[in-house]
Amino acid sequence: MDLFIKFLVAAIGAGTPLLFGTVGEILNEKVGHLNLGVEGMMAIGACAGFMGGYLSDNFMVALLCAFLAGMLAALIYAVLTVTFMANQNVAGLTMTIFGVGISNFIGVYMIEKAESGTLKLPAQVTQQMRSIQIPGLSDLPVVGPLLFSYNPFVYLGILVAALTGFYLYRTKTGLNVQAIGENPGAADAASIPVTKWKYFNILLGGGICGIGGAYCGMIINGGVWISNSVNGLGWIAVALVIFAAWKPHMAILGSFVFGALRVLKYYKVGFMVGMPDAFFDMLPFLITALVLIVTSMRGNKGAHIPAFLGNNYFREER
Amino acid sequence: MKKILSAALAAILAFSMVACGGSTGSTSGNTTSGTASATGAGIAKEEIKVGVVHLSDPAEGTGYSYTHEQGIQGMMKNIGLNSDQLIEKINVSDTDAAAVENAMSELIEEGCNIIFATSWGYMDTCEALAEEYPDVIFSHGTGYKSNGTNFNNYFGRIYQARYLSGIAAGLKTQSNKIGYVAAMGKENGEVTSGINAFAMGVASVNPDAEVYVKVTNSWFDPEGEKQAAEALIASGCDVLAQHCDTSGPQLAAEEHNVWGIGYNSDMTKDAPDATLTSVMWDWSIYYTQAVQNVIDGTWVAGQKVDNYFGDMADGLVVLADLNSNLVAEGTAEKIEEVKAQMVAGTWDVFDGKTEITDNQGNTHTLEGADYGSCNWYVENVREQA
Repeated sequence: MDLFIKFLVAAIGAGTPLLFGTVGEILNEKVGHLNLGVEGMMAIGACAGFMGGYLSDNFMVALLCAFLAGMLAALIYAVLTVTFMANQNVAGLTMTIFGVGISNFIGVYMIEKAESGTLKLPAQVTQQMRSIQIPGLSDLPVVGPLLFSYNPFVYLGILVAALTGFYLYRTKTGLNVQAIGENPGAADAASIPVTKWKYFNILLGGGICGIGGAYCGMIINGGVWISNSVNGLGWIAVALVIFAAWKPHMAILGSFVFGALRVLKYYKVGFMVGMPDAFFDMLPFLITALVLIVTSMRGNKGAHIPAFLGNNYFREER
Repeated sequence: MKKILSAALAAILAFSMVACGGSTGSTSGNTTSGTASATGAGIAKEEIKVGVVHLSDPAEGTGYSYTHEQGIQGMMKNIGLNSDQLIEKINVSDTDAAAVENAMSELIEEGCNIIFATSWGYMDTCEALAEEYPDVIFSHGTGYKSNGTNFNNYFGRIYQARYLSGIAAGLKTQSNKIGYVAAMGKENGEVTSGINAFAMGVASVNPDAEVYVKVTNSWFDPEGEKQAAEALIASGCDVLAQHCDTSGPQLAAEEHNVWGIGYNSDMTKDAPDATLTSVMWDWSIYYTQAVQNVIDGTWVAGQKVDNYFGDMADGLVVLADLNSNLVAEGTAEKIEEVKAQMVAGTWDVFDGKTEITDNQGNTHTLEGADYGSCNWYVENVREQA
């Protein structure tokens, strides 16, 4: 039982960077833009967040840097695809290559400048970013570790996902935004400012991805700069969007399930011990395939893939 | 959507094919150029050109490629080569055969006499190119293939340092549970023999302690390495050793106020409040000797190169300075005592004669150079927390 609770806590931690990436990508895809640059935006966020914390001694500054850097990266993508109508796949892949590259470049540059040969976050930031302890609550059996033992990113991630869900499904703007992803021509005819909301969503999504990157750069790396810290999590987030059926609240569930599947091999019990590790590495993707099959059998009711996803909107071709 | 995606994929495919074509073209077109100095005598110091293929970017300041780069720089200094006598290729993925061949072909074109290929996955490309270019020496690290004339293999008895680090861990642990974050599972002899040596070192000073292994199944996985460490700490381990690239396990140990044993580079700089010591390579020992052999004419491409398997006595295998604030009392003395026997050659962990019992009750003998065949864990190793 104790081990099981620890497994769940680890699963939530492993799911959190995925949650940010997934919610960010959902915001992109809801306006019809398939952004394959999640990995790159997260890498840029990882670098900006870490360096922000390293140079400022302040965790909030680190978060802000990650958010702004993610937005900046998304701005490049948005200008390319929304304004210049470049191919979304190519622009996204380019963003991934560029983001990972520049993030490692800056990291290496900073290490060479550091006297100790390593970049370590100041103790003040490390303290603020690590798991919170609420006197009384965190010590409760079962409930304490499960609800009150995480680092601030976890609570922020759930909050961001909930707010994104509210924005998309419970506000007029959100419904308008969804219309853009379904049929931008009709949205345009209904005098919804298509370009404005595309920019808004892509930039907001990029910022959220950036915070997910900061999780990789700060929490996963334990407070020391290590290159390539995102290491593929951004791609898993792109897959998770499908798993979550483009719904932010499902993204919470999906990313924690994926997190659980990713850490399962470190918490093997009983019959699982003899199974090869490669099987556990495969599980998240096997489950995605199963979910795809199940949702397609249910017809289109469950999966809300934006109808115009992947296509740029040429007003003149309406 | 589908159309665009397939168009994009087709474009990528076309690009990669162009890239491959380019590399093969340059390979076949240059058979005669480059170094043609297999005269039987050595190559003058000024004529030496060293090529290196790195797996990642050595400037990262820690981990595998960094350690090799330290060795290369040490060699440059020891021999006194100019910086323009060194050509390095970085970020060459060892699972991408085309990229490896491309990188090595460029090194050959630039006129390198000796090419150090630092990662396991470069082995087959080295073997093939060695046949094509008999006057270039291909020196491949951590593999097992060689041809005796211009393709050798170099590695070392890292298990000696792991055994010594096991002594530090065994003396330090209070819970008698020691964790080990391993990149690869039991089937990988390099990792597994290291775990065994470490566990035997633990057992030599603390027969009650057990070593718990978690496998990430990847040579580089920052998240997995951290998660594996967290899982080990959650199950009660209070010293974490590692055979993986990042200092993640050391940092996890520091965060949870337990201890660790680093690998590859001295990880005390990352986790000064946790790392007891680190198991390290000093590749400069080999690189210096190899290049010197080429200068002296001991090694001549196309005629003779030897395989190299260094150890603690050579200085190739090193245990970093103990973190004197953290290690248990008596650690330094005990390690010094065993190390003296290893260096003198009077005792070794894997001598090929002593019977070792595995955790299934079977007995084995193991010779250190034969580490690749080790696919069993010793008695005090546990695969399940």
